Amino acid sequence: MIWVNALVAGVLLGGLYALFACGLSLMYGVMGIINLAHGDLAVLGAYLVFVLSSALGIPPFVALPGAVILMGGLGYILQRTMLERSLKAGPLVPLLTTFGLAIVIQNLLLQIFTSDSRSLDAGALTTASIQITEITIPLLGIVIFLVAICLLGGLQLFLARTSLGRSMQATAQDSDTAELIGIDSKQMYALATAIAVGTVTIAGTFFAMRSSFGPLSGPSQLIFAFETVVIGGIGSLWGTLVGGIVLGVAQTVGAQINPQSSILAGNLVFLTVLIVRNSRAFGRAGR
Amino acid sequence: MALAGVRVERWTRGSVLRSGIIALAIAGLFAVPTLFEPDITQRLTGLWILVLMGAMWNALAGYGGLVSVGQQAFIGVGAYATIYLTHAGIEGYTAMALAIGVTAVLALATSFLVLRLRGGEFAIAMWVVAEVFRQVVSFDSSVGGGTGISLTALNVYGPDYSRAFTYWWALAAMTIGLVVLFLLLRSRSGAALQAIRDDQTAAASLGVRVQTNKRIVFVLTSTGCGAAGAAILANQLFIQPNSIFSVQWTAMMIFMVIVGGLGTFEGPVLGAAILFALQTQFGDGGVWYFVGLGTSAMLFALFLPRGIWGTIADRFDLKLAPIGYWVRGSALPQAASPVPDANDEGRERSDEVMK
Amino acid sequence: MSLLQIEELDVRYGALIAVRSVSLAIDEGTTVALVGANGAGKTTLLRAIAGAHRPSSGTVRFDGADVTNVAAHRRVQLGIALVPEGRHLFPGLTVEENLRAAAGKGRAGSWNLDTVMDAFPILRPIARRRASALSGGEQQATAIGRALMSNPRLLLLDEVSLGLAPQAVDAVYQSLTALMASGAATVVLVEQDLRRAMSASSRVICMLEGKLILDGPSTGLSRDDITDAYFGLRRQASAVS
Repeated sequence: MIWVNALVAGVLLGGLYALFACGLSLMYGVMGIINLAHGDLAVLGAYLVFVLSSALGIPPFVALPGAVILMGGLGYILQRTMLERSLKAGPLVPLLTTFGLAIVIQNLLLQIFTSDSRSLDAGALTTASIQITEITIPLLGIVIFLVAICLLGGLQLFLARTSLGRSMQATAQDSDTAELIGIDSKQMYALATAIAVGTVTIAGTFFAMRSSFGPLSGPSQLIFAFETVVIGGIGSLWGTLVGGIVLGVAQTVGAQINPQSSILAGNLVFLTVLIVRNSRAFGRAGR
Repeated sequence: MALAGVRVERWTRGSVLRSGIIALAIAGLFAVPTLFEPDITQRLTGLWILVLMGAMWNALAGYGGLVSVGQQAFIGVGAYATIYLTHAGIEGYTAMALAIGVTAVLALATSFLVLRLRGGEFAIAMWVVAEVFRQVVSFDSSVGGGTGISLTALNVYGPDYSRAFTYWWALAAMTIGLVVLFLLLRSRSGAALQAIRDDQTAAASLGVRVQTNKRIVFVLTSTGCGAAGAAILANQLFIQPNSIFSVQWTAMMIFMVIVGGLGTFEGPVLGAAILFALQTQFGDGGVWYFVGLGTSAMLFALFLPRGIWGTIADRFDLKLAPIGYWVRGSALPQAASPVPDANDEGRERSDEVMK
Repeated sequence: MSLLQIEELDVRYGALIAVRSVSLAIDEGTTVALVGANGAGKTTLLRAIAGAHRPSSGTVRFDGADVTNVAAHRRVQLGIALVPEGRHLFPGLTVEENLRAAAGKGRAGSWNLDTVMDAFPILRPIARRRASALSGGEQQATAIGRALMSNPRLLLLDEVSLGLAPQAVDAVYQSLTALMASGAATVVLVEQDLRRAMSASSRVICMLEGKLILDGPSTGLSRDDITDAYFGLRRQASAVS
């Protein structure tokens, strides 16, 4: 039964990873940027929720929407000031600027909040669970999973059915031509970043409710988000849910084998997927 | 296929002179342990390690076009391989040299896993590899697991002598590393790499063996990082998985390269010197030190992407290391003009093909 | 006053000069054919007019206003639309989505999804097909239709017949001639096929190595005149205003 519990926990964890990954996937799909500060922005978002919640005396869930909007605005500004410039300078530069940004965010958070770890209060949800025969399903996990599905679905609808979403897809596929038919590609990029940072704030907040977090928690979440995107298939939004579930299950099952090795298990699954993918490509790509 | 009246030269009088001076300077640096206190010797060892790492990361990213956020994987391998070898009874400095070989083998194996990836995928895949190495080592209690381990094999020399030997080892490793890179860039592989970096498909269509060349530069630069890792171990005498496999090493390499000049041979050396000076001055500043480093890297990437050396070299057409070619001859309409070479990476590139 | 006025335009790619001191005026309602060998600068000139490439010196005036430094997407709102060489449809979107993507970004006018599909009858049956799965002629029709969705006053067409089978080119030109004859839009047409260029247009301009070397009414010029200019056999500009 512990294996079934681990499986269920892994699947639900996949929802959280999908939340982390969808913003990363969006930025990569639209702009080709891998935002190395993605995880740290999630942590920043969680801290923002913490601050709003303490300052205004409201529960984190209530503070979340406001934080999402604020962080979305930050993402927009980041894109229009820093990342837009980086894009022009070639493929290496965005990696370098986002890496620098990650370091700055981590250390500023360290300075302001010290290295103490804390977590966000989810109220009754934190420990509530549903019992089905011998399987325990944590309620918070279900909420996260449902939010992930809604968010992914919403994003998919936005991209496929709205004029703005179509413009974003066009920009992602050919930004030069998009400009030629009247689409302001810079605005599209900024919107994509705003959405990415907003959604990762949700992810960060849920992460902070599930476990404790600190200023340096960002990089590991970035790696999970990235592994999720790659496993699920780059360019596919629903793929991030699949990838998240695979990674989540790998980690929870790995934890059953050895508590220390859950992250290692996830990494090994990721590398295996890479090997398998590349060996299929081995035939067609030349020397 | 020589044209009548046209010669292609690799060395000019100026570059021979400059190279001679550099060689003399390095020879002089070997004398440092005999002239200065052990404390200074140890600090300078750190500088040679920085130069080595910076040059390696620059070669990988600037010439190979491969941005890796995971080279600390091989720094850690170099260090821990040394530990394992000394546990097997091998002498300290010999173990360090052999550890370089171990790193090379591991780098070759890793290359088959990651080299088909491009851009950001490659960057993070390397980071995951580094994490895997870190985690695997953390499980091995024979090397202290997560707590870390000391290098005791050098104790047999006594502190003063071991510091001198470590200094010479690091300086030699740096020199050899730079010479190897220099030879690589001057060779056919060097030209091939620049072609690949500029346009991989076009290069392949000309018969350039893309994967082979990438593999060469990946294995060489990763091996260089292994040497740096062994030297770090010898210099600190104690390592932990979390620190030797930390992404902070990449942060330092990125800083050196971006401030010094990506894609120039001399840039990372300048960047290392700057980082070294900053570390000496502010090293204990903790948080603000790293904020400063991160912000500088961002500002440089945005506003001075050619780095300090790169910008100066572009402005005054300077080169210290003769990597390029000079075409001279009476058959040419103008006087000798330099053919675009290693230092021209990233110059105004046209966005699309002219029609 | 001309709809499009170009003065001493210089367009470069790094150190390479693609368009040299080009001056040109085009009146509203006319169809102009722009011919010249590969590398003569035709595409660069069109892209500079559309705003996809910044000139290094000179001015572009549209309807009297200086648009030299106006961004490409804003020029669409003003009424300039470019159908790029090679079509450049959005590969992941369907024909209909490609057309819809261009909707609402230009001016008000008679062109919308329905009227565009009427003008290019081959589009309706394939409206749901992915752009990457279209034939050359279908792609070209979609690309032109997409440009029309913004109701342009100035339509720039770059190498419409490139890579298309002769029947496909016929079909495209059939739809185009109706459009051009109505005089509702001003058209600049880059075309390698001299016969079509001359029959579709009222004025022919020839470029060579970035400069305009021939400019005259299609009826007044013989094929030999144009071929000579095309290959640089007579290096004199004539009647460039």
